[in-house]
Amino acid sequence: MIEACKQAAAEVPHYCYHPKLTSPGNCRMCLVEMGMPPRPAPGEQPDLDEDGRAKINWMPRPVIACANTVAEGMGIRTQSLLAKECRQGVMEFLLINHPLDCPICDQAGECTLQEYSVEHGNGESRFLEGKVKKPKNVEIGPRIRLDDERCVLCSRCVRFSKEVVDDDVLGFVDRGSHSVLTVHPDRKLKNNYSLNTVDICPVGALTSNDFRFKMRVWFMRETKSVCNGCARGCNILIGSRENKIYRQTPRENNKVNSAWMCDSGRMEYHKLEHPGRLTDPMIKRGRKHHTVDWTDAVCRAARDLTKFKGEQFAIIASGRMTNEELYLTRTLSESLEAGIVDIVTRIGTGDDYLAHSDKNPNVNGVRKILRLRSPGSKLKTIRAKVAKGEIKALLVLGENLLT
Amino acid sequence: MAEPRYITGKKPHAREKRMIFRNVDRAGWNPSIEKYIKDGGYKTLKKSLKLKPGEVTDEVKASGLRGRGGAGFPTGVKWGFIPPNNTKPIYLICNADESEPGTFKDRYIIHQDPHQLIEGILISSYAVGAKIAYIYIREEFPEGAIILENAIEEARKAGLLGKGIAGTGFECEIYVHRGAGAYICGEETGLIESLEGKRPYPRIKPPYFPAALGLYMCPTIVNNVESLCHVKHVMEMGGKQYGQLGTPRNTGTRILCVSGDVQKPGYFEIEVGKLTMGELIEDLCGGMKKGRKLKAVIPGGSSAKVLRAGETYTIRDGDQEKNIGLNDIPMDFDTLAACGSMAGSGGVIVMDDSRDMAWVLNNINTFYAHESCGQCTPCREGSLWMKKITDRMLAGGGVPSDVETLVSVGDNIAGRTICAFGEACSWPTQSFVGKFPEEFKKHTKRRNVGKALNPEAKVASASLMDKD
Repeated sequence: MIEACKQAAAEVPHYCYHPKLTSPGNCRMCLVEMGMPPRPAPGEQPDLDEDGRAKINWMPRPVIACANTVAEGMGIRTQSLLAKECRQGVMEFLLINHPLDCPICDQAGECTLQEYSVEHGNGESRFLEGKVKKPKNVEIGPRIRLDDERCVLCSRCVRFSKEVVDDDVLGFVDRGSHSVLTVHPDRKLKNNYSLNTVDICPVGALTSNDFRFKMRVWFMRETKSVCNGCARGCNILIGSRENKIYRQTPRENNKVNSAWMCDSGRMEYHKLEHPGRLTDPMIKRGRKHHTVDWTDAVCRAARDLTKFKGEQFAIIASGRMTNEELYLTRTLSESLEAGIVDIVTRIGTGDDYLAHSDKNPNVNGVRKILRLRSPGSKLKTIRAKVAKGEIKALLVLGENLLT
Repeated sequence: MAEPRYITGKKPHAREKRMIFRNVDRAGWNPSIEKYIKDGGYKTLKKSLKLKPGEVTDEVKASGLRGRGGAGFPTGVKWGFIPPNNTKPIYLICNADESEPGTFKDRYIIHQDPHQLIEGILISSYAVGAKIAYIYIREEFPEGAIILENAIEEARKAGLLGKGIAGTGFECEIYVHRGAGAYICGEETGLIESLEGKRPYPRIKPPYFPAALGLYMCPTIVNNVESLCHVKHVMEMGGKQYGQLGTPRNTGTRILCVSGDVQKPGYFEIEVGKLTMGELIEDLCGGMKKGRKLKAVIPGGSSAKVLRAGETYTIRDGDQEKNIGLNDIPMDFDTLAACGSMAGSGGVIVMDDSRDMAWVLNNINTFYAHESCGQCTPCREGSLWMKKITDRMLAGGGVPSDVETLVSVGDNIAGRTICAFGEACSWPTQSFVGKFPEEFKKHTKRRNVGKALNPEAKVASASLMDKD
């Protein structure tokens, strides 16, 4: 029903519902009015309203849109007085024991509590009592911190851990308003998909150690991209500000990564911060490398490369190159008649979900564009020929053979 | 079986009609199978096994028996909800998680007449096609669990349990499962989750109606202890005959548990609707305590809406409407519902004029705030909020807006939660504050400022007082 409403441009607010997980129906934010037209007796015409539609018998109680399905002829009211009252009531309940620490909360700016407060909240609080105190800043895994006072107990993280990655370490303890999310005693939320729980947490209860307090989300620019941590190619969003990347989060693509990505993929961007990374063109003069401008560098490379031909010359390209880069590599190798072209392979450990054992993102591109039948198989030959002096020049693209 | 550890030979009141409680407090009785069989026990089971399962269900439908756990849903109709083309195993669960405050009937059946319950379970299992039945007994009945285990062993030795029961092809196994002390386990889907070994978070309905998707996602029938015992009596006397007891649509007998400010509180088995509230209090319970006047009654366990003395209710009598007072209400399902409350679990709590209604509500609120499972938002947050407001009122920190806030918090819970706990925790607040507004306003007077025990409440109430 919630998806049907979305299609009809009647967005139903929700916390616990997530399209990729089961519906527990616990947040009660998506309460709407529902009804069906009465089935007319044989031979009778259904009663019509002014608009010529069948009159609907509305149910006296609101229903949750997340766990009900739509049927032909069904009526749904998302903006009725009752539906609005329900949302207002739920918003008030969610906020009475919430710490309201938005200024220092890392979720601020992408928090559904904030968003729905604007649309469905009350202007002031009627709550005169002391708030329930719960554990704060709990390390539930190597990459995640939990603030139980901010938690709205929607159970998305619990369901994700259980249903998607089969690592059932999260759960609720205690009851009533004192219920808290916690990790199983003696265990941690440390599977390679744990940071997805941070993404799906609608509030600031789960935050990523890597990202928290680094950047306010509203300052970031989001760029669509693809993760280059392995051959899976999870679709991602890169969050950056002033040419500095702050985080990578998954972007939904049901043919590749659903709505998830692995933790190691998220950390890929840290490679950009590596101190040994070449950031400017350089030329070696004597024993030292000197920074030069691009024109100098390209001219020098072109001049030196033309000194070698055919078997004297080999190229080691990279499985991390884009198709376009690979195409240019091929053009170069054809014009210089390079004797051998190959890439460096990276085989690691994958899992049975998203992480692929091939840690190069584009070996398929290498196969198709560089026309390599088994990439990596010629590296030994190159090495031997270099040692024998048969290969006099080696062009290395996107790889560092010295480390 | 050891000699009973309770006083026997206590005579029931002359106006009672004892069927289920026939053996409770009976002179010379003990809960052994010998006594039970000697008294004609398990004959009804043998008689029922000669019928087809559908015929047993039809008898129960004909009897008009309504569930005694709280909702009063017709038992036979409930059984009929099992999908007809079902191929999965069917389970029967006896809900012995009697935890509604003010209710103490099932424990006496379990303690003093366990074989009656087992016979009821076996007949019902036969009717619905269950080969496995569970008795989910609350943690607070440790002795009851032992008694049931013993009774089950006795029944097995007598060939009344397991394979080939009473020489027929019917097989059924009964297991006792002890709860861990949570009110919410009395909610049938919460109970099922608990029985599966999970937190007793009630399930959403739809889609998880137990009769189709219950225990282990198989069709499951959950009946109250007293209801299952009634099944035995329905089969013993025949559905039609049973339907003659009580009043139309409110058939049979039921046990009322009276507690509170009466001379003789206790349990009374009456024909449903054949006795009024006034007769119950005056005749059966010996009237109010000396010099006290009736102030209010909670008629069906602590979650039922309170009824105030002096109120008039409009009920239908045939085609006519008539006005009646609190004392004239017949103790049945439909009239109590028409009066704006419910017969619930049969726990009648009587309060006299010495009671402060804010204190009473606070007592109830404390219970529900403690027992809310915490799964869905309104009940989780609202039950504790209501408790905190009444806490503060009693501590002398009440403010004028509290009365309105209490009611609206209740309104924001009822009807918007996963299970009926939402109603259970908000109905008391809605009805107590609605019917006794002056008692709550008394706690919000200006003189209370500064008396608050909770410093935060003190500050809050003082600032609000200055506004008006």
